[in-house]
Amino acid sequence: MSESLSLTVNGVAYSVNVDMGRNLLSVLRGELGLTGTKEGCDDCECGACMVLIDGKPVNSCSFLAVQAADRSVTTIEGVVTPEGLDQVQQAFLEKGGVQCGFCTPGMIMSARALLDQCPDPSEEEIKIGLSGNLCRCTGYSRILAAVALAAAAD
Amino acid sequence: MTFTRATTIEEAVTAMAAGARPIAGGSDLVVGARQGKAPLPDVLVAIDRIDDLRGIETSGQGLRVGAGVTHAELIGNETVVSSYTAVADAAALVGSPATRNVGTIGGNVMNASPAMDTGAPLLVLDGHAVLKSVDGSRSVNMADLWTGPGRTSADPGELCVAIELPPQPERSGSAYVRLEYRRAMEIAVVGAAAAVTVSEDGTIETGRVALTAVGPAIIEVADASVLMSGRDAKEAGAAAETAASKSATPISDLRAGDDYRRHTVGVMARRAVKAAAARARGETIAVPVNRSAGVGAAS
Ligand SMILES: Cc1cc2nc3c(=O)[nH]c(=O)nc-3n(C[C@H](O)[C@H](O)[C@H](O)COP(=O)(O)OP(=O)(O)OC[C@H]3O[C@@H](n4cnc5c(N)ncnc54)[C@H](O)[C@@H]3O)c2cc1C
Ligand code: FES
Ligand code: FES
Repeated sequence: MSESLSLTVNGVAYSVNVDMGRNLLSVLRGELGLTGTKEGCDDCECGACMVLIDGKPVNSCSFLAVQAADRSVTTIEGVVTPEGLDQVQQAFLEKGGVQCGFCTPGMIMSARALLDQCPDPSEEEIKIGLSGNLCRCTGYSRILAAVALAAAAD
Repeated sequence: MTFTRATTIEEAVTAMAAGARPIAGGSDLVVGARQGKAPLPDVLVAIDRIDDLRGIETSGQGLRVGAGVTHAELIGNETVVSSYTAVADAAALVGSPATRNVGTIGGNVMNASPAMDTGAPLLVLDGHAVLKSVDGSRSVNMADLWTGPGRTSADPGELCVAIELPPQPERSGSAYVRLEYRRAMEIAVVGAAAAVTVSEDGTIETGRVALTAVGPAIIEVADASVLMSGRDAKEAGAAAETAASKSATPISDLRAGDDYRRHTVGVMARRAVKAAAARARGETIAVPVNRSAGVGAAS
C-alpha cells in the first residue's frame, strides 16, 4: 500500500509516496535520484549501500525506507562540504584507495562514521570499522592507508 | 503491508493484540523477507522509538537491559562489559558495525535462531525475558523461552520488554567464543558460553556452559557445575569439552558437517571455560575473546 513518507536526506526534507515494504536504497536511488549510494548484493552482505542514519552506518538495502522516517539520513552526496571534498574522500584519492569505485561510496560512509566516533583509530579499529564493506579490486591495503591518512588529517 | 509506529509499550501491545508483528531493527525480519525466508508480515508495528525499551539499568536486582538496546549499546556499556562479559563478547561479534547499530537484543532473543550469539551467554548468566501483553506481564527463563528453530513460547501478542540478569557473585567471570569462517558478516558455525565462580585458590566452584548452533535451540550442558567443581581451569575445561561434544545434537548443512560441529563445539566450550575462569580470577581479557585471545577465528 502506497503511503506518504517524510525523509530527511543530507539536510533536505523530502515527501515521497511509496509502498511501505520498499527498502531505503531503492527510494534513495529511484525516487530521490541520489544514485551515489550503490546496490551491490542487495542482500546485506557487501556494504555498497551504506548510508548514515543519525550518524551511524546502516545497510540501506536491508532497511525499510519507513524505518528511516523522521531520522537524519546522510548519503555520499551529503559528505562533500562547501569547501570541497571531505578529508576521507581526499585521502582515498591521495592513497589510491579507489579502483573501479563501486565499493567507494560505502567505504567512505563507514570510514566517515568511524572517524566521527573514534577520531584516532588503531589499524585494528579501522579494520573493524570497515568490516561490513567488501572491495573486489584494491586488496584493501590502500583503503586502510587512506583511512589512516584521513584520521591524521581530520 | 501496513506499518505503524508505537511510541509506548501500551501502543505496541495493543497493536500486537490486533495482529501486528513487532519490528525492532529489522535485521532479521527485513533481511529474511528479502532473502525469501518468510514474506514481510502484513501488519508491522515499529518498536524502535519506544523510550521504555531502550535503557540499561543496574540495581540490587541485577541488570535490566531494555529489549530495544542494540548490540553496539551493549558493547558500550561498562557494567555489561565488566560483569556480564559473555554478553558483550557475543554482541561484539554480531555482523558488522552497521548490523550492531541496527540489531537489538530483543530481536536476537525473539528471533530464536539456534545460531544466535547472545543466547548462550544469557542462558549461562541466568537471564530472563520479561514479556508483556494487553493481559499482563510475566518473566520466562531463557531455557523455557526457546522451543525450537525460530520458535519461542511467547504468544504472538507478547512483546519482550526487557532481559533481566541477576547480580553476579564475587570471583565470577563469563566468556563467549564462537567458531567462524569470516571475522564479520558471519553467523556462528558453533559457539559456547561459560560462566564460572572460582575459589580463592583459583579452582572452579560452580559453573554453567551453553552451546550455540548444535541443536534446535541454544542448549545447556547438563551437570557442568558438578563436572567442573573442585578442578583447576584446565581440568574443568577438558571436562566441559567432553560433556559439550556429548550434549550436542548438530545437523549437517553447507556451513559444517555434524561430526565437525560436535568436535569443535567441545573446543569452543574448553576455550570459553578457560577465558571465563581467567576473568573470574581478575585477569583482563578484552572483549571479544575471539579477537583478543585469537580463539575462534583462524588468525
Ligand atoms: C549481515 C547480518 C549479520 C548478522 N550477524 C549476526 C551474528 O553474527 N550473530 C547473531 O546472533 N545474529 C546476527 N544477525 C541477525 C540479527 O542481526 C540479530 O538477530 C539482531 O539482534 C536482530 O535484531 P533486530 O532488532 O534487527 O530484529 P528484527 O528483525 O526487528 O526482529 C526479529 C524477530 O523478533 C521479533 N521481535 C523483535 N523485537 C521483539 C520484541 N521486543 N518482542 C517480541 N518480538 C520481537 C520480530 O517480530 C521478528 O520476528 C545478522 C544479521 C545480518 C543482516
Ligand atoms: S547492497 Fe546492501 S549490503 Fe550489498
Ligand atoms: S574499488 Fe572496485 S570494488 Fe572496491
